[in-house]
Amino acid sequence: MKFTLSWLKEHLETDASLEEIVEKLTMIGLEVEEVTDRAAKLSHFKIAKVLDAEQHPNADRLRVLKVDTGEGEPLQIVCGAPNARTGLVGVLGRPGDYVPGLDVTLSVGKIRDVESFGMMCSERELELSEEHDGIIDLPEDAPVGVSYAEWAGLSDPIIEIGLTPNRPDCTGVYGIARDLAAAGVGRLKERSHDQVRGAFPCPTGVKLDFGETKPLCKAFGLRLVKGIKNGPSPKWMQDRLLAIGLRPINTLVDITNYMTFDQGRPLHVFDAAKVKGDLVVRRGAKGETIEGLNGKSYEVDDSICVISDDNGLESIGGILGGEISGCTEETTDVLIESALWDEDTIAATGRKLGVNTDARYRFERGVDPDYMLPGLEAATKLVLDLCGGEASDVVVSGRVPDDTNIIEFPLSEVKRLSGIDASVAEINVVLKALGFWISGSGATIKVAAPNWRPDIEGKADLVEEVVRIIGLDRVPSTPLPRTGNVGAKVLTPGQIRRSRARRSLASRGLNEAVTWSFIAKVEAEAFGGGKPELTLANPISSDMSEMRPSLLPGLLTAAQRNADRGFPDVGLFEVGQIFEGDAPNDQKMVAAGIRRGTAVLEGQGRHWSAPTRTVSVFDAKADALAALAAAGAPVDKLQVYVDAPDYFHPGRSGALKLGPKNTLAVFGEIHPRTLGVLDIEGPLVGFEIYLDNLPVPKGKASRSKGALNASDLMPVRRDFAFVVGQEVPAETLLKAARGAEKTLISDVTLFDVYEGKGIPEDHKSLAIDVTLQPKQKTLTDEEIEAIGQKIIASVQKATGGTLRG
Amino acid sequence: MSDLNTLETELLAAVESAASEAELEEIRVSALGKKGKISEQMKTLGKMSPEERQTMGPALNGLKARVTEAIATRKTVLAEAALEARLASESVDVTLPLRPGPIESGRIHPVSQVTDELTAIFADMGFAIAEGPDIETDELNFTALNFPEGHPAREMHDTFFFNEKEDGERLLLRTHTSPVQIRTMRNQEPPIRVIIPGRTYRCDSDQTHTPMFHQVEGLVIDKASHIGHLKGTLEEFLKAFFEVDNVTLRFRPSFFPFTEPSMEVDVQCDRSGGEVKIGEGSDWMEILGCGMVHPNVLRNCGLDPDVYQGFAWGIGIDRLAMLKYGMPDLRAFFDADVRWIQHYGFRPLDLPTLFGGLSS
Repeated sequence: MKFTLSWLKEHLETDASLEEIVEKLTMIGLEVEEVTDRAAKLSHFKIAKVLDAEQHPNADRLRVLKVDTGEGEPLQIVCGAPNARTGLVGVLGRPGDYVPGLDVTLSVGKIRDVESFGMMCSERELELSEEHDGIIDLPEDAPVGVSYAEWAGLSDPIIEIGLTPNRPDCTGVYGIARDLAAAGVGRLKERSHDQVRGAFPCPTGVKLDFGETKPLCKAFGLRLVKGIKNGPSPKWMQDRLLAIGLRPINTLVDITNYMTFDQGRPLHVFDAAKVKGDLVVRRGAKGETIEGLNGKSYEVDDSICVISDDNGLESIGGILGGEISGCTEETTDVLIESALWDEDTIAATGRKLGVNTDARYRFERGVDPDYMLPGLEAATKLVLDLCGGEASDVVVSGRVPDDTNIIEFPLSEVKRLSGIDASVAEINVVLKALGFWISGSGATIKVAAPNWRPDIEGKADLVEEVVRIIGLDRVPSTPLPRTGNVGAKVLTPGQIRRSRARRSLASRGLNEAVTWSFIAKVEAEAFGGGKPELTLANPISSDMSEMRPSLLPGLLTAAQRNADRGFPDVGLFEVGQIFEGDAPNDQKMVAAGIRRGTAVLEGQGRHWSAPTRTVSVFDAKADALAALAAAGAPVDKLQVYVDAPDYFHPGRSGALKLGPKNTLAVFGEIHPRTLGVLDIEGPLVGFEIYLDNLPVPKGKASRSKGALNASDLMPVRRDFAFVVGQEVPAETLLKAARGAEKTLISDVTLFDVYEGKGIPEDHKSLAIDVTLQPKQKTLTDEEIEAIGQKIIASVQKATGGTLRG
Repeated sequence: MSDLNTLETELLAAVESAASEAELEEIRVSALGKKGKISEQMKTLGKMSPEERQTMGPALNGLKARVTEAIATRKTVLAEAALEARLASESVDVTLPLRPGPIESGRIHPVSQVTDELTAIFADMGFAIAEGPDIETDELNFTALNFPEGHPAREMHDTFFFNEKEDGERLLLRTHTSPVQIRTMRNQEPPIRVIIPGRTYRCDSDQTHTPMFHQVEGLVIDKASHIGHLKGTLEEFLKAFFEVDNVTLRFRPSFFPFTEPSMEVDVQCDRSGGEVKIGEGSDWMEILGCGMVHPNVLRNCGLDPDVYQGFAWGIGIDRLAMLKYGMPDLRAFFDADVRWIQHYGFRPLDLPTLFGGLSS
């Protein structure tokens, strides 16, 4: 919402400075977004007259002007504007002047060999409007040599406020003045309540025709003014409209725009000569169309409120007038409409048709119903004053509703909700100044909001009105009382898991990324996603259309972006949500990571200390296990399965599970086909940890860690090497060795894997180191030998392998 | 006797000139071994007369002791020299550079770090962390929060929608974390103190807007908390978060459908340098929106607004990170450029605590 300072002062009698007004507007909730002083940047530009315009000798489209600046010799100026002509009075910029719309400072120049000492400016070049079809064409009597900004009234600062949707009363300058006056900045000048007496009955009737359906128009006032002369509106009105970015059209149209911004009361004017028969306000019918005043065509339906006559549709009620009955300079009889529309219908129609007009903006927020007829009177008066003519009686259809809502308001509410100690008198004064009706004098009073405040529903709204006007700076800063004891645990198990997984992955050299929750369809489908219920109806772009089924696509494509920037060896991870469906419990927390190129735990790239190594499935497995351990998973109970999802290399991937059904993590090399689908290059390995699948740690009865049970007896270690089939998983052999003797074997580690010379084809040698921890007494050679035999037998049984000779 | 003197001179000279422990051992055997020269002489003592023995006995024993000691001394010298030589041969170039350990090179994203900072601050004030799903119903994202159907306030949120289902329901991506307020109030008896961090989505993209961003909301519901407590809470929070001794806040009336009264909060700051400094200067910067929870919202959660009251506020986590740590561009948060993460990220062991200073 924009207005100028002088416009405001038309309604507000005040000595306050611009700064004080701006500050107060912001502090009462009408936040000032910008104050523009157009005169300051245009102060150099002067009104000048073209004495002579000749064809440029070397260019068809250019003219050479002799321009009178009001002082000294005329200046020679080269100009390309089509309207540059002898006798034109326009606006001149001279060498040294800064032209804001072009962002250049003028200098003496040569254009096609002819010297030019400045330029005649268009409105766009001076940032006055978007107009650039020609140079500014002022009335012939504009004073040559005078500052243009001063003459044009541009020294009037423009104030722009960001209006919140709850304040339709401030969509007009008058309402803003009323709020400022209530806040103590001056006195509100009462607006006229004069009525224009009708000289004859209105010849055009109005019928609200909604049958049995909900009326979309509450009330409709109409009157004819005949015998008028339409033409350009007066300069004061044009100046104000131009200042807020509206283009003057003709007096009738300008009056409706002026009323919209001055009083927050949109009106419509029909050229009575083009209206046939009575006006019918009704629901639109499927297939009906209307040419709008904005030059576009719209198709309506029965959810849309239209105004029609015998010619067809004349207007989309409260939103947009029709081209067919628009007012022009030839209009001699005008029908002025002032109506009340159903707010929700206006909003829904505007959205459906994609029309944003100043009328829609006000009607959907709710205009003052009680000003429907006074607004019509005020507009009639403006028409009579500016265009002459004779007014008819007013016809009104429907009824202006009385929605007065009386609120029982305990004055203690102000303190209860705001903490401010405001006196009864203060509260009364503020509410009255804002136009509220008050009755009673006890602890609880009755309050009714004025009709221009549809946002006031209840007690809390009244508290807001009071504190808004007396000032939020009076709110006493009050410490929130501490609750309970020191430091109760606030995080849930899931939150703790995420935090630990995150810090453990970063401590493994990975960089935490935050990638989009939505990804491209092809990416989602490659990772088991792409379900229709997870597809956005209005994505911001086609590669951000699907809710991600996995964190890996985002990380993999991020790795490729880094590679494309010259950083091919990267390790990334993310802890975030994935979507298996659209129900709340289909959203799962996952920690996932990737390593690309040589980004292994020891460090990326080449180094003297070790041969360069590219990432392998075991790097991903190690990351997954480390994060699982940090997140509190029972890693010693995990089993490794080889059935990882199909976006991993089938022979270089695995799943970490607690039992066959509960997968805690998957890891592996990314499948070459998946890389191809995503159009990225490896080597790439990755892992995903399904944090929600971790068992919830059992509440412990005691924090005690129990006694340490360390044996005084020396552990004994023995090595065994087995030759087994190549397909035998190491896990099977280790499990068999560990299980061979439950009480004495404390550890089994695999220290060598060998294939090649000395080992039969399709076989491998696995060498293990077994630690025996005696509990009661030192073991004899015979006892150790017996355990060795048990181990051999157990491994042979489980794997079919033999002890290597 | 002179033979013994000669022998001693010869042996001591040999010991002294022995170049290795092996050579020394040879000399020891040749002198003190079973058939060594001194041992042979000792064997002759038995055949001597008592008088001779009285002279030669001490002489031979003395000789033996002196040679033994000389050998031991020499042995120490030679062992020391051998060790020196070995050590010299074993030296390496200790200036060879090493790789930084993984714990030095990994990084935590600023969004996670700032969320942890917020958690540390608000946990101290007795707040829990509440969370909810990103895919929400229209009811929880709008209607229950007092956004009436078709109201212009809904258009302030550029909402991402999913396709309409057969039963007419249309899910959406939450445009704010406020639906979790509803979920919390419907599932928990007051008093309530929670902060709600999380991802939020709006259909908007330019220099300062991304279609996905992070918000944190606070919600306090009890029977006494008013705007004064809200102000006190925000002051404590901003002081702790920006790690400054003072902040000056300015409350301005504003509008949010789910609070009444509603306010926007400006914080005093200094923008004269290249960065924004909170807690000094004379500029104002809008930093968050807040208000008293709207009576309709309380009613929608089954709470009587004449009994219960409280406040809520919301602020961008990404924005907080930018203000505190100086990132210029929001879009880079979600680009996963390792150079950005390395520069703006945090070390894994930098877990924010109040006792250790949030960021130090």
